[in-house]
Amino acid sequence: MSYQPKKILFDPIVDNNPVILQVLGICSALAVTSKLSTTITMCIALTVVTACSNAAISLVRNHTPSSIRIIVQMTIISSLVIVTDQFIKAYAFSISKDLSVFVGLIITNCIVMGRAEAYAMKHPPLPSFLDGLGNGLGYSALLMAVGVIRELFGSGSLFGYPILPLDRDGGWYVPNGLLLLPPSAFFLIGMIIWVVRSWKPAQVEQPEYKIYHAPRPEVAS
Amino acid sequence: MSAPESDSAVSAAPVESASRTLLVTLVLCLVCSVVVAGAAVLLRPIQDTNKKADLIRNVVAVSGLLKEGLTEEQALKRIDARMIELATGDEVKGIDPDTFNIVKAGKDPEISTELTRREDVAQIRREPRYLPVYRIVGDNGELKKLILPVYGYGLWSTMYGFLALEADLRTVQGLRFYQHAETPGLGGEVDNPKWRAQWTGKVLFDDKWKVQVEITKVAIDSSSPDAQHQVDALAGATITSRGVENLLKFWLSDKGYGPYLSRLRHERS
Repeated sequence: MSYQPKKILFDPIVDNNPVILQVLGICSALAVTSKLSTTITMCIALTVVTACSNAAISLVRNHTPSSIRIIVQMTIISSLVIVTDQFIKAYAFSISKDLSVFVGLIITNCIVMGRAEAYAMKHPPLPSFLDGLGNGLGYSALLMAVGVIRELFGSGSLFGYPILPLDRDGGWYVPNGLLLLPPSAFFLIGMIIWVVRSWKPAQVEQPEYKIYHAPRPEVAS
Repeated sequence: MSAPESDSAVSAAPVESASRTLLVTLVLCLVCSVVVAGAAVLLRPIQDTNKKADLIRNVVAVSGLLKEGLTEEQALKRIDARMIELATGDEVKGIDPDTFNIVKAGKDPEISTELTRREDVAQIRREPRYLPVYRIVGDNGELKKLILPVYGYGLWSTMYGFLALEADLRTVQGLRFYQHAETPGLGGEVDNPKWRAQWTGKVLFDDKWKVQVEITKVAIDSSSPDAQHQVDALAGATITSRGVENLLKFWLSDKGYGPYLSRLRHERS
């Protein structure tokens, strides 16, 4: 197969979405999506980290002894995460207060490690960078979808600007409090996965086993 | 995952040798630590300015000076920060109130004292020995408003905020929480502007300077004399509301700012 930058970049958005198909990176998706401003910051942070770590890991892949490759990947990823966290604290202070530990927890986000191990260790830096970017964008697309639903129906606003007038401020919309709590993101992601897999049946997983119906035991009466 | 198998990565044996492993580790650690340290050092001044600006913004917001038509900068000039020793109410020199970290001070055994369970109304376990207070002074140096940092435990988290008192030291100018992790939509409404607005004008002490404040679930009868001490509780957030009541009772008592407040009262009379 030849090098297809477009395919590498856009495949992970719908056809091979890290959250929808591989079900990775769920925990941060639950935590940061109650407001769009935090969601988008998290998306940018994760995309930058995944893309840069993929490129960096790919650069050193021929010099990394396989016995320590996971540690090498972790070191590179965590350094990038710390740098990103420092930048957010410096240039988006109020958002960094809302994100608290979740930027730091990008280190443990399965998408970053997963892409490093599955792709960057085997491919040159540029395609690796694009792959990281694409997977970051795939994660972002899902998070933004969840974030829009949660903020719009949970707080009646988007990016903090009121869209639906709330009843407590004299409007007509009674906000759904459940949407502000993390479990709602779980339901939303589940529904998105359902919709996407109905639309693209190729993504449906094959059952790992079949339930075998045992014949009714003959009991002597 | 249809990944093209381009140039094969794993090559000659020397990569796997012990010396090579050590070298790679060393170089990698060196590069990474330089990058991390560089980012931390270069960005530190901006982060510190942010933190300070954030704190000051909260002080300014609770002071009500912005409502009087002042800009943030003008308001800032009127605020005079001092460090006080809680137990005596004395002012303390030598600690910079701008860089004093309340959260850290409350945990540091060097500068905080442990509270017994009875004393610990606000559920904060340890109380710092020193805290900053922010005085807003008029043109002749007279005290116009006093802003006190307050905090206490709600349902899930310690809620950090500021209480602004009028010059009579018993009427609330404002109460505002800047850091908490209460349930969004329920306890999280402690920072709802509408709920905050209720506090303005409430009286926290009775005639004998005993703390009197109550967050109530019953409709407040505005004709009763107690109404000035009562605030409507947050709907669906009993424990957060109780936490706010408790933390006010704690910080206004003799364990909290009591000594400092009574000193100010004596100075004035």
